[in-house]
Amino acid sequence: MTHTAWAEATGSDRDLVDRRLVAWYFVAALVYLGFSLLGGLLMALQLVRANPLQGIELLSPGRWRMIHTNAVAYGFLANSFLGALHWAIPRLTLRPVLSRWFSWFIFAAWQVVVLATAGGILLGHAQGLEWGETPTWIDPLALAGLLLVAVNFLAPITAARGPLYVSSWYFMAAFVWTLLTYAMGNFLPEYFVPGTSGGAIAGLFIHDLVGLFVTPLGWGLMYYFVPILLKKPIWSHGLSLVGFWGLAFFYPLNGIHHFLYTPIPMFLQYGAVIATVAVELVVATVLVNFFGTVWGAGRLALANLPLRWFYTGMVLYFITCFQCALQVTLTFQAVIHFTDWVVGHAHLVMFGVFSMWIFGIMTHLFPRLLDRPWYSNRLAEWHFWASTVGIVVMFTDLGLAGMFQGYYWAALLPWEASVDGSYPFWLVRLLAGLVIIFGQLCFVVNLVATWRNRGHV
Amino acid sequence: MFESKGGVLLIGGLGFFALALVSNALVPVQMYRDLPEQRTEELVNANLMYQFEDLSRRFPESFEKYYGKPTREQAAEALALGRRVYVAEGCWHCHSQYVRPVSNESRRWGAVSATWEYQNELQRPVMFGTRRVGPDLSREGGRRSNDWHAAHFFDPGSVSEGSPMPPYRWFFDGSAQRPNRRGLAIMAYVQWLGSWLESYPYYEAYQPLPRLEDAP
Ligand code: HEC
Repeated sequence: MTHTAWAEATGSDRDLVDRRLVAWYFVAALVYLGFSLLGGLLMALQLVRANPLQGIELLSPGRWRMIHTNAVAYGFLANSFLGALHWAIPRLTLRPVLSRWFSWFIFAAWQVVVLATAGGILLGHAQGLEWGETPTWIDPLALAGLLLVAVNFLAPITAARGPLYVSSWYFMAAFVWTLLTYAMGNFLPEYFVPGTSGGAIAGLFIHDLVGLFVTPLGWGLMYYFVPILLKKPIWSHGLSLVGFWGLAFFYPLNGIHHFLYTPIPMFLQYGAVIATVAVELVVATVLVNFFGTVWGAGRLALANLPLRWFYTGMVLYFITCFQCALQVTLTFQAVIHFTDWVVGHAHLVMFGVFSMWIFGIMTHLFPRLLDRPWYSNRLAEWHFWASTVGIVVMFTDLGLAGMFQGYYWAALLPWEASVDGSYPFWLVRLLAGLVIIFGQLCFVVNLVATWRNRGHV
Repeated sequence: MFESKGGVLLIGGLGFFALALVSNALVPVQMYRDLPEQRTEELVNANLMYQFEDLSRRFPESFEKYYGKPTREQAAEALALGRRVYVAEGCWHCHSQYVRPVSNESRRWGAVSATWEYQNELQRPVMFGTRRVGPDLSREGGRRSNDWHAAHFFDPGSVSEGSPMPPYRWFFDGSAQRPNRRGLAIMAYVQWLGSWLESYPYYEAYQPLPRLEDAP
């Protein structure tokens, strides 16, 4: 930490951090976010039977549904994380990444992977693995890309001497995990393991992608940015240790909770449920640690926009965990599995938590990357409020919709009852989505104006 | 160890991941090793052949053009293609393929799903699904006629009023009477789903739950 503070104070990170690269990663991320939002919008319109572009093969809502989730994982989140890591890791370790040229090569290669994935899905080459619909012919490429990323970043981390800061633990582990998760999920169920056991692996994949790729990178970045912005150290080192090792041990054991009541052996389902309860406790320790850190500086956390993004994300994280505590029980699963509750939960985690953190990081970093303040603070505020209101309305709405759907089905009403009963909820979800899209437009407009505002210093 | 590079990389990164893979994935693989994976050709059964021949009679021109004669080999090919279409179009994000032992699902759809039903090539990766916007399809075969399916895929609203399911015009050469190669394949695929079971309830035979006060 002291190293980082020093780098920040002296501005000596100029030779460490390739600012243009960070900025370009963020721009790429936002472009894919745009595509993803369009995909979500198309599906939302389809559900309320207001899709104006029906009957066109390349605009098949089912295909865009897959682009929606893939663009978020591999386009938006991966690019944002890579950008933020190119900022954080050299400053943490006081060493540049392996090679600048190599970094740009990875940047270009990753965009090829993401675009090819989108193109492949659009042309009907999707792979039947949820959140891993990347066409099979791209999988080896993506894996190679992840390997290069790991090498590029592990070089400075392993070379750094002295004790490792918490963020570095998360980053290091995440590079290994992402690689393994991707290989496991994309190859085993496709080529080797059919049926139920393949389903167990698909469950591990989808869960590990959240828990071993997105979560450790997200937490690692919070452990980095929150103390810097608050100008005080993390509250408890002990809790940091519990959080990291608890995640490492319990998270990988959760996957099967995505397929409760399937023919997967029941004792494995129980195991996953118990491990999930453990993960909830672990997540609680991490949140307690962050709220312990902000204790006494609440006013700052409200006034400072990046910090507000971070802590709003953490409050929503807490709600996510609360949902999780309910939905992981077999009792609750009986009602909400396969309903919109799950969709709401997924949006809450990915948008309400991790995207919020990323927006906070971007809001904090863009002025430093471009050497000028934001063009408009009001637009930045609009971005925050539209995103927050949008996601809160969306997950509440979808959660309710899910309960209704579950009970319609259990009551053995004709199928139309659940579809018709969902209609008002789907309408509200569409509106919430539009509010979110509006928020992101504010951000993009603000960014373009800031970028072009060269005269300003 | 807890804060060292080796500990984080080897124990946290590799070790715990491997532990989970073994306990959560290799255990079921071992448990089901006496249920070998069936190839697509082995999945062609009498019910499917009945439907496949029915397709050839209802859509003679299209069928002749795209599949020729309704042989078992052609049926296997249609099945495999139908499954690819099912994946490519993301049908599995709106339809599940598993009947759970809860929530009265077996009364709606029939027998609770069992492992042997999934030990085949067409369930690699498995099509459990994640969301039921539309109903579960694992017992869909024989539930509806091929005409119904053709009309439904061409324009879901025409047979199911207000359906949010998207129309799949590209499964057809211009009209619902002329399904193309993919159209015939997806119909064969949905007719195959569940065809391995003796029977299951049809929608017509649905018994609404007795009201509590009417129950003895
Ligand atoms: C947007 C979600 C959605 C997508 C995508 C979707 N469906 Fe549907 N599907 C529904 C809904 C809702 C119904 C129930 C209303 C109806 O009958 O149209 C349904 C009904 C069906 C039925 C009739 C079930 C019955 O017997 O009542 C079949 C068969 C079917 N879909 C197959 C498919 C196939 C194959 C695909 C992919 C090519 C697909 N669906 C894509 C939502 C969807």
